[in-house]
Amino acid sequence: MSAPILTLRDVVVEFPALHGLKALMAPSAERRVQALNGISLSVQRGETLAIVGESGSGKTTLARAINGLLPLAGGEVWFNDTALHARPDWHATRRQMAMMFQDPVGSLSPRKTVRDLVLEPFAIHRLRVDNATAKATELLRDAGLNADFLHRYPHQLSGGQARRVGVARALALNPALVLADEPTAGLDVSVQGEILNLLNRIKGDHGLTTVIITHNLNILRHIADRIAVMYLGRIVEIGPVAAIMERPRHPYTAALMSANPEPDPTARRERIILSGETPALTARPPGCEFHTRCPVARSDCAHRVPALDAAGTRAVSCHYPLPEDA
Amino acid sequence: MTDTLNVDGLTVHYATREGALQALRDVALDVPPGQIVGIVGESGCGKSTLINALLQLMPENARIASGAIRLEGEDLIGARARRLRDLRGRDIAVVFQDPMTSLNPVLTIGRQMHDIQYREKRSTAEKRRMAAEMLGRVGLPDPAAKLDAYPHELSGGQRQRVAIAMAVLMRPRLLIADEPTTALDATLEVQIIELLKELQQEIGCAILFISHHLGVIAELCDRVVVMYAGEAVEEGPVADVFQRPGHPYTAKLIECDPGRMKTRVAQLPSIPGDLPDLTDPPAGCIFRDRCDRAAERCRTRPDRVALRGAHWALCHFAAEVSA
Repeated sequence: MSAPILTLRDVVVEFPALHGLKALMAPSAERRVQALNGISLSVQRGETLAIVGESGSGKTTLARAINGLLPLAGGEVWFNDTALHARPDWHATRRQMAMMFQDPVGSLSPRKTVRDLVLEPFAIHRLRVDNATAKATELLRDAGLNADFLHRYPHQLSGGQARRVGVARALALNPALVLADEPTAGLDVSVQGEILNLLNRIKGDHGLTTVIITHNLNILRHIADRIAVMYLGRIVEIGPVAAIMERPRHPYTAALMSANPEPDPTARRERIILSGETPALTARPPGCEFHTRCPVARSDCAHRVPALDAAGTRAVSCHYPLPEDA
Repeated sequence: MTDTLNVDGLTVHYATREGALQALRDVALDVPPGQIVGIVGESGCGKSTLINALLQLMPENARIASGAIRLEGEDLIGARARRLRDLRGRDIAVVFQDPMTSLNPVLTIGRQMHDIQYREKRSTAEKRRMAAEMLGRVGLPDPAAKLDAYPHELSGGQRQRVAIAMAVLMRPRLLIADEPTTALDATLEVQIIELLKELQQEIGCAILFISHHLGVIAELCDRVVVMYAGEAVEEGPVADVFQRPGHPYTAKLIECDPGRMKTRVAQLPSIPGDLPDLTDPPAGCIFRDRCDRAAERCRTRPDRVALRGAHWALCHFAAEVSA
């Protein structure tokens, strides 16, 4: 296997938990919360890795830490040979690493036309474009929009069209890696397929490496090669998409996959309903952080912290993982 | 037995600069007592307009052009404002999509739950006790203490439980749930669905459950109404509609749901095209421009075609589609 395009080692991202006088009075350990708590993963060239997890699990924080929108409190991020944890030249790095933000319309400036929006990356990176309109038309065509859209403003676009403009912008500079935060959020089911087909086609055409952040479990098996499941800012399970979805080994992954309501009234599969809610980051449970909600927790889960143990192509962070052939 | 809710031929127009936007056209639906009826449809299908019309809380530029809305036989469109105020919150209650914006951020949960009991002749202590009891019933830990909490102190899931507790506090006859799980994560979503099922059993109310999520509808509802571009295009028992859809739009929508596909597909299905312009909707079938089966006869407006069971679809070819 060739060298991974992106490697994370023990990445920690912290946020201030208290403000003002309270922060000054509190012991230093209580002043900050760890939104990401030791994330290690690598992404191979040409693959699509999906990061899944529920609200507050740290998915978006992870994307923002990778492209330098948030400072690291610890750990290393390597993008090819560039050490992103050591004050890299972000301007140059971000030409290679594009971001698709969550809100398709909100991430477009309302005062710019579609033409200017898709050409904006060239302006930011001071790259000369010889025939700007032709370039914009080409980028839009690749994203499945015709030239009629060149002179529209974001408010004149539907959610799906705005998402396509976001795709065109992300691909404008021919990046090596695309970070896509919730590419299907806010899209209707009938449009969602088009956007996913577009992403899959681009991946095939350009050999693009993609990290997709999503809580939409239904789309995973159609778009991802591998998935990483996050809980409370840690990866609890990672592996090939089919293996994780069909035979989850971490009890949280199993509950998450079973919680997904199916559009089939006759499907009555066994559902694992978790009790309670995700604990706050300020009150991380001791031991295995999932033991407070885990249906199969044993007494020692409350004391011993599990490691993310790799076995073959997958890894799981659990003392008592579910059997692989269940 | 009288239906809890009965909507008949409801047509709603919005006055816009481009002319009358026909947001709902001839919509009919019934919610029998004690049943959970789902409404499924995508953006722009008229779900929100329908809810506003049911509550008789319409924007200034909206006009009910024709039709009737009856709550246990009582006409709501002609009802006096005072009567509507009596009904809202007591006989018809709503759980909205976003519990952060439906709760007042500057009042405690207890205060808000106390205030909505303004019609009851009970002491404040009694009202607080009722509120705490209901909070406990919807599964909020430490309900008495939660009365003194502000909405921002609760998590999203807890806030939605509070919103549900407030909606069912007065034991409504009709509970309208407008995408109540859309803002929630998958594991919380199933908790809320189970809770709604239990509450429906206990209170015996009818529920109108609006969602764009086919999976949630399939799981929770007895019957489902499919809406497209302001029309109800199909209605029937959930199992019939999902297994033998009679309208091509319903069939496509189910086909597009990636949750249905258990193996990776190279090309995900979608519905090409856009919603028609509702200021000038095409004559004939509203789905014609996006439909594979569109034929000459689709230029005339289809009637409801009855299918097996209490199931119909608004399509000339319903019998063939459903076969």
